[in-house]
Amino acid sequence: MTILLDIDGLQVEFASRHGDVVAAKNVTLQLSAGEILGVVGESGAGKSTIGNAAMGLLERPGRVAGGTVTLEGRRIDNLADEEMRKLRGTRISMIFQDPLTSLDPLRTIAEQLVTTIRTHLPLSETEARNRARRLLEQVGIPDPAARLDHYPHQFSGGMRQRVVIALALCAEPNVIIADEPTTALDVSIQAQILDLLRSLVKDSGAGMLIITHDMGVIAEIADRVAVMYRGEVVEVGRTQKILGNPDHAYTRSLISAVPRSDVKLDRFPLVEHIEAAGARGQLDLKTHWLGQTRNYERVEGPLLSVRDLQLIFRTGSLFGGGQHEVRAVDGVSFDINNGETFGLVGESGSGKSTVARLITGIYRPNAGQIQFAGADLTKLATRAELNRYRRQMQMIFQDPYSSVNPRMKVRDIVAEPIRFHRLSNSRDETRRIVDDLLDHVGLGKRAASKYPHEFSGGQRQRISIARALATRPRFLICDEPTSALDVSIQAQVLNLLKDLQAELGLTMLFISHDLPVIRQMCDRVAVMRHGKILEIAESETLFERPQHDYTRHLLHLMPKMTTASAEGSRVSL
Amino acid sequence: MSEVEGATEGSMIGWRARLAESDLLYSFLHSPTAIISAVVTLVALSAAVFAPLIAPHNPFDLASIDLMDSLLPPAWLEGGSDAFLLGTDDQGRDVLSTILYGARISLLVGFLSVIFATVIGVVIGLIAGYAGGVTDAILMRIADVQLSFPAILIALLVDGVLRGLLSRDNYDQIAVYVLVLAIGLSFWVQYARTVRSLVMIERTKEYVQAGQVIGLSTGTILFRHIMPNVLGPVLVIATIQLALAIITEATLSFLGVGVPPTSPSLGTLIRVGNDYLFSGEWWITIFPGAALVILVLAINLLGDWLRDALNPKLR
Repeated sequence: MTILLDIDGLQVEFASRHGDVVAAKNVTLQLSAGEILGVVGESGAGKSTIGNAAMGLLERPGRVAGGTVTLEGRRIDNLADEEMRKLRGTRISMIFQDPLTSLDPLRTIAEQLVTTIRTHLPLSETEARNRARRLLEQVGIPDPAARLDHYPHQFSGGMRQRVVIALALCAEPNVIIADEPTTALDVSIQAQILDLLRSLVKDSGAGMLIITHDMGVIAEIADRVAVMYRGEVVEVGRTQKILGNPDHAYTRSLISAVPRSDVKLDRFPLVEHIEAAGARGQLDLKTHWLGQTRNYERVEGPLLSVRDLQLIFRTGSLFGGGQHEVRAVDGVSFDINNGETFGLVGESGSGKSTVARLITGIYRPNAGQIQFAGADLTKLATRAELNRYRRQMQMIFQDPYSSVNPRMKVRDIVAEPIRFHRLSNSRDETRRIVDDLLDHVGLGKRAASKYPHEFSGGQRQRISIARALATRPRFLICDEPTSALDVSIQAQVLNLLKDLQAELGLTMLFISHDLPVIRQMCDRVAVMRHGKILEIAESETLFERPQHDYTRHLLHLMPKMTTASAEGSRVSL
Repeated sequence: MSEVEGATEGSMIGWRARLAESDLLYSFLHSPTAIISAVVTLVALSAAVFAPLIAPHNPFDLASIDLMDSLLPPAWLEGGSDAFLLGTDDQGRDVLSTILYGARISLLVGFLSVIFATVIGVVIGLIAGYAGGVTDAILMRIADVQLSFPAILIALLVDGVLRGLLSRDNYDQIAVYVLVLAIGLSFWVQYARTVRSLVMIERTKEYVQAGQVIGLSTGTILFRHIMPNVLGPVLVIATIQLALAIITEATLSFLGVGVPPTSPSLGTLIRVGNDYLFSGEWWITIFPGAALVILVLAINLLGDWLRDALNPKLR
């Protein structure tokens, strides 16, 4: 097979005040005609850098410091800007992540396609327009002749990404680089786009480099896969081989960190390789301050009982007119028993996070009851009464970059709840407790005197967990706690949550859109859509025998790592 | 006790290390404009603060003023005296000394009015941005109304009312504070608007919700958590407005509604000298004018640099 793109010993460096940062280290990759090569890695692994370097689109201060890039036998890494510009679009082109920002909102699709086509091909206006129409047809946009004159905002996200793909195909390039082409899309749309990309490569015989963080995408589409870790390609091979029987330790831990949708495991194995999490300090919980979580009065029946909860958002301006009602939460009822993990799953906008904010008192419901530890939280009037119960429930948030105050030291962030609820007797004791908590979540005492920006996303999430534990809660709400994290970090954080739950006897409400994660974490699950609960079932029952049509639909779309390795070697863990 | 001391020391080292590492210091050391304007501002500030120590004469000590010395030209011109480097004014006061003492008043009014405006503006901005809804609408409409009055009009208004209420002597004593009140009242809107829009972004962040889940009171969340995160731009506005406040003060004093000639600011000096500009005694007004221009320019350049350095998009 002819090699279309040959990257040999590529070295990319970014100059900075603190010395050069090597973003890609001696990377060697070959892309053949008719092949889809996946480049997979976690954030900061340098995978996008490879694509940008090949396209000659490295942003300053990045530069190619060594190695060669050869496109169809012609060396292109040392071309002048003007020559490279002529190649881009004709021989090699790119599909970007976000279809919302990669199209010009002020020009119609036809204008954008025709301009691109006429830049590269010697066609008349009419011929170019005809070609644009055929391209839209090719990427599966219904009624292309009419759609040509629409503006980008008139297309849905998935359709827009199809337009972006059509743009990339304008001049029949032989090499297409797709950088996270489906990351901004819903699961159902993702499947369609991946199908489209595969059939395009099959029909045209072009080669495609697909850059992604998602093992599911790789399993779906790639013929071969290159695994990147800290700027280096650690392993290249056939997708089935890499997913089924990886050689490198990093690849093994990366694969084992992907939550499995087919079976529930006690813990995620093999994830220690990735981020030096620091050993978790062990505490004697019988005597330690934190162990006193077990000393709350026992509750007969469920710890939390939500009945007919309703929240209506009203929009509209102060000076009247155009008021709208949105029923964000509409008659939600469920019970959570002591010590269990209750899952709340649904797509974005289903109202699952709003339920969490109603329980913690950030929002006040329009109707319904929230019985917690024997008291109806909606009826408590005074601050003091409310705080008594608030202390018993804490929350972990989605975005580790905004959930801790950037202007406060980690010590003060974790100590704040202790000070506020007067849970310690002296400054020294507070200090010791904070140190112990940081040790206990695997950050180490030394973290206390630093600021949040010195930590990675996963470490920040640990700070957030330490803060949540600092009121000695018995009920923990986790609102998408890992959806902003890389899979390996996600696995570590989920392991930590499981360990803490077992040690402290915590009851948890676990909110996620990610079904495999829900399966790994939860005992019982409620499925939400449009502010209503459709189905509540034991976790295993829900995954094996879903009752509601919508649940079946969600389960069907769930990415399945095992499909790729179905022939022969299953993913062995 | 020793542990606590150790902690403070540790945080001091941390503070210094962070400063050395910070992009702000790096940007400062790589901007000649910033360094020069900082030096000029510092020199002007210390000259004003230490005026009684470094000024060759005390222009307010009537005993040391001799009318015979009036209207002497600068020392390097014919008829000038070495005792009066920049010459003397119509009452025989040393121009250099009056500039040093005048800058003191100008800077005092500038700083006080900016602090006054910052406090009002930040508090109103925090409340409007966090509360939203009706409170926000009312506060912002007040700000809109405020914005439709020029600063000078407000100053004249406050000045006129207080002049009517107080006797002449009493008024002269509090003239400085009247200026601070007038300038502060016309400057708070910009802080309030900026802070409000920043708070509206910050309040949706999850650390604010985390505070609510802990049970913290609204005041604690506003002042302990949100405020430190919105103060960067406030600092920039304050620097630029300091220059503007000094100019406004000078304008008001030039128009005769500012500080009295017995304890003149730079603006008063320019006004007094203005009468002699065309009769040949140009130094009485030119030197205070130049001092004002240099001071304001330096502070403005410093503010511009700070705005760019703190704005990651411009870096």
